[in-house]
Amino acid sequence: MADLRSSFAGIASPNPFWLASAPPTDKAYNVVRAFRAGWGGVVWKTLGEDPPIVNVSSRYGGVSYNGVRMAGFNNIELITDRPLQVNLDEIRQVKRDWPDRAVVVSLMVPCTEESWQRILARVEETGCDGVELNFGCPHGMSERNMGAAVGQVPDYVEMVTRWCKQHTRMPVIVKLTPNVTNILASAEAARRGGADAVSLINTVQSIVSVDLDLMAPNPVVDGQGTHGGYCGPAVKPIALRMVADIARDSPGLPISGIGGISTWRDAAEFIALGAGNVQVCTAAMHHGFRIVDDMIDGLVNWMDAKGYAATTQFQGRAVRNYVHWSDLNLNYRTVARIDQDLCIRCGLCHVGCEDTSHQAIAALRIDGQRRYEVIDADCVGCNLCALACPVDGCITMVRQDVGVPALTWDRHPNNPMRKEAAE
Amino acid sequence: MNEVRDVAAGRLGAAELAANFADMHPPLTPAQAVVEANRCYFCHDAPCIEACPTGIDVPGFIRRIATGNLRGSAQTILDANIMGGSCARVCPTEILCERACVHTAQEGQPIRIGALQRHATDWLMEQEIAPFTRATPTGRRVAVVGAGPAGLACAHRLARHGHDVTIYEARPKPGGLNEYGIAAYKLADEFAQREVAFILSVGGIIIEYDKVLGRDVTLQGLRRDFDAVFLGIGLADTKPLGVPGGPLAGVRDAVDFIAELRQAPKERVEVGRRVVVIGGGNTAIDAATQARRLGAEDVTIVYRRGPGQMTATHAEQEWAQINGVRIRHWAAPLRVLEHDGAVSAVAFARTYLGADGRLALSEDRFTLAADMVLKAIGQALIPGPLDGAMAMFDGRIAVDADRRTSLADVFAGGDCVPGPDLTVNAVQDGKLAAEAIHRQIGG
Ligand SMILES: Cc1cc2nc3c(=O)[nH]c(=O)nc-3n(C[C@H](O)[C@H](O)[C@H](O)COP(=O)(O)OP(=O)(O)OC[C@H]3O[C@@H](n4cnc5c(N)ncnc54)[C@H](O)[C@@H]3O)c2cc1C
Ligand SMILES: Cc1cc2nc3c(=O)[nH]c(=O)nc-3n(C[C@H](O)[C@H](O)[C@H](O)COP(=O)(O)O)c2cc1C
Ligand code: SF4
Repeated sequence: MADLRSSFAGIASPNPFWLASAPPTDKAYNVVRAFRAGWGGVVWKTLGEDPPIVNVSSRYGGVSYNGVRMAGFNNIELITDRPLQVNLDEIRQVKRDWPDRAVVVSLMVPCTEESWQRILARVEETGCDGVELNFGCPHGMSERNMGAAVGQVPDYVEMVTRWCKQHTRMPVIVKLTPNVTNILASAEAARRGGADAVSLINTVQSIVSVDLDLMAPNPVVDGQGTHGGYCGPAVKPIALRMVADIARDSPGLPISGIGGISTWRDAAEFIALGAGNVQVCTAAMHHGFRIVDDMIDGLVNWMDAKGYAATTQFQGRAVRNYVHWSDLNLNYRTVARIDQDLCIRCGLCHVGCEDTSHQAIAALRIDGQRRYEVIDADCVGCNLCALACPVDGCITMVRQDVGVPALTWDRHPNNPMRKEAAE
Repeated sequence: MNEVRDVAAGRLGAAELAANFADMHPPLTPAQAVVEANRCYFCHDAPCIEACPTGIDVPGFIRRIATGNLRGSAQTILDANIMGGSCARVCPTEILCERACVHTAQEGQPIRIGALQRHATDWLMEQEIAPFTRATPTGRRVAVVGAGPAGLACAHRLARHGHDVTIYEARPKPGGLNEYGIAAYKLADEFAQREVAFILSVGGIIIEYDKVLGRDVTLQGLRRDFDAVFLGIGLADTKPLGVPGGPLAGVRDAVDFIAELRQAPKERVEVGRRVVVIGGGNTAIDAATQARRLGAEDVTIVYRRGPGQMTATHAEQEWAQINGVRIRHWAAPLRVLEHDGAVSAVAFARTYLGADGRLALSEDRFTLAADMVLKAIGQALIPGPLDGAMAMFDGRIAVDADRRTSLADVFAGGDCVPGPDLTVNAVQDGKLAAEAIHRQIGG
């Protein structure tokens, strides 16, 4: 049976599933419930300097999509609203009671060396396994020159990371904000500062919806709203891409994958793109800690079926196949094929292709019966019909034998800046 | 009115019979299963879990179907209920998990929990995956009497804990009523035997067939030779009809008729052209429906009270009716009429609830012509083999919450103890008893 034990940035945990710094890890009560449920580790809800911040009522907004709740989720909460010492005492006790689990503490203090030095000393005394620097909170805290405000400036990321590495022996994980144009700049800055690892993504700046009666953004606080941080299943593609960019272009920097992870499959995808472990917030807030059961045995069963004995055996396996567009084979050709026995005649393949793509699916009536047929010569192999089709396996994209070797844009005759073959 | 009595086998052709006794509900396709699984809200403290007598983590196994983790799904089911495969087919889910489903309250369309349970467990059995391994053998020995659902569930749980189990079974085949009693179309394709083989594959369980407690072995002997005893002997006797007259050709116990039908090729099972079934439970429904499906022309169930008092669920009554069975309520048999030594009709009196709330017979009478009469008025425990050694309750073996009898080393479960007579309850009894035995004998 596959072994899920994990070691991330020198921190051991019985499995690679950690809870992200957020309400699920706000206090000992939650964390103990999470450990009982089987989570491998937690990143404690971000600590700051006293006096604690104050949160509003009406904190969360959600995107329901076709009846599915919380496909996207946003919040306007800040960091912990509990006194520092209360948190530190609980952290010490929890780590003592659960020595095999990872307990990492998230931190956010004003951008001065003394502030970081002061809090690190107190955190280290708890016996926790490491710290995560929260440079990512996209709302509220950045207005106080903390969080995303620091995370968006690579020089600050490097500087604060260096202070932290100077003032603690604990592993330092730098949590990155996705609210930047180039995630690599942030990752490289963390690396220069001496970070042991990065974790990403934090939440994406968002307005989740507008209340059309109150004429205010949700969540509405006494008639007004503010932008919040977006997370949940909807942000997974953004997170995957940022994780993959770092894994490919800044190799060797350990990555904790975060963003929209709800199932073992999501986790496996992050790991395949280079993550060393994963963190979860929204899925736990939606369904409770028990989702980890399926994450654990689902991942084990999949790994057993694939013959992977440890996550390290497939970690990063998909990175080598994550290339730049210009490296793709322009002579690769596929054509849609409709399995007429499976077709339920919904016509979605036809209408999408006809109205918005390449007019390559004919809508026929044969003896009065609807029939949709691909016109091979017009099909460009875009996948639209296969994605729209509601029946699994009904439309497949079939590779065509074009009889010519692979050709990339770099060498394509249409490319004015093409490289000539080195003959 | 004495027509020639018409009882015959092979009323229908082989193809029609095969179709009539095939799987009553075809399995979900993988696509249907995923769509259905995604409807589940994954409730917290889900009412369906509590409604399942074996407490299966229903939302947990359904979520695993939605994520494509079929192995984990089946394991979740089987850990709580080793007969999750047959329960998925035979449980009256409309009064158990599916009635409790929050979708029933919301829009009257519960998640198809039974069908999803079958999807996951069938997958596991098809893959020939062994979901459980045996703990290191403890050297402790337990005797189980009866290889029905209760006995098998108990034996399996004990074997998982490393104990050695010997099952004494009166019949030549294992499975209890799964093999001899449940309607054929509920457990089609030899499922009962396949499931028993799956259960036994854990190891550490021996079955001795044709061994009857009270004839070949005694309770005293078992208590002497084993560390503990579990009784899962079901209800092997039937209750008498209570009308005048001795045995008569064409009048038989519904359970015997069903047992014959479960074992013999369908084209060799004799059935009357006109069949009267007396009773109001599962057995009456199953006997009547299967008689119809063998080709009986005219099948009537007669029950002495109203539809609400039938122990057969509303869904089961409907199932009989769509199979062309007529159900007549509020009538009790007075006499079986005979002609040339065989049954020719049954005389009934209409019944009503008297002022004292008791059932009473009216003067209003009617007669139903019958070539065959099936009695389905309930089964009873045969107490003989128990040697009067333990306390009884309401004609069954009294047990505590651990399914321990008044003898500290003897446990019992399934139909032979008080409580609902369902496969799933028998499995739970066996499981609970095994855990208590394990705690008691250690190892
Ligand atoms: C016709 C019919 C239809 C049913 N349909 C359903 C249904 O659709 N759904 C549902 O949930 N339940 C149904 N039930 C009820 C269900 O079958 C029983 O609740 C369940 O089988 C009880 O399990 P058990 O192990 O207690 O007893 P049984 O299944 O009766 O098994 C008892 C075993 O013990 C053996 N035995 C008995 N006496 C001795 C002895 N002295 N020595 C050795 N062995 C002995 C028997 O041969 C048998 O193998 C039905 C019952 C009947 C009769
Ligand atoms: C209500 C809420 C509060 C959060 N608070 C913090 C925080 O204090 N510190 C932090 O680093 N991230 C915080 N996050 C971000 C999460 O840790 C995580 O990075 C993000 O939600 C993406 O993961 P997900 O899609 O699994 O939710 C918060 C998220 C939510 C929903
Ligand atoms: S989840 Fe509901 S009950 Fe709990 S704090 Fe929020 S609003 Fe209140």
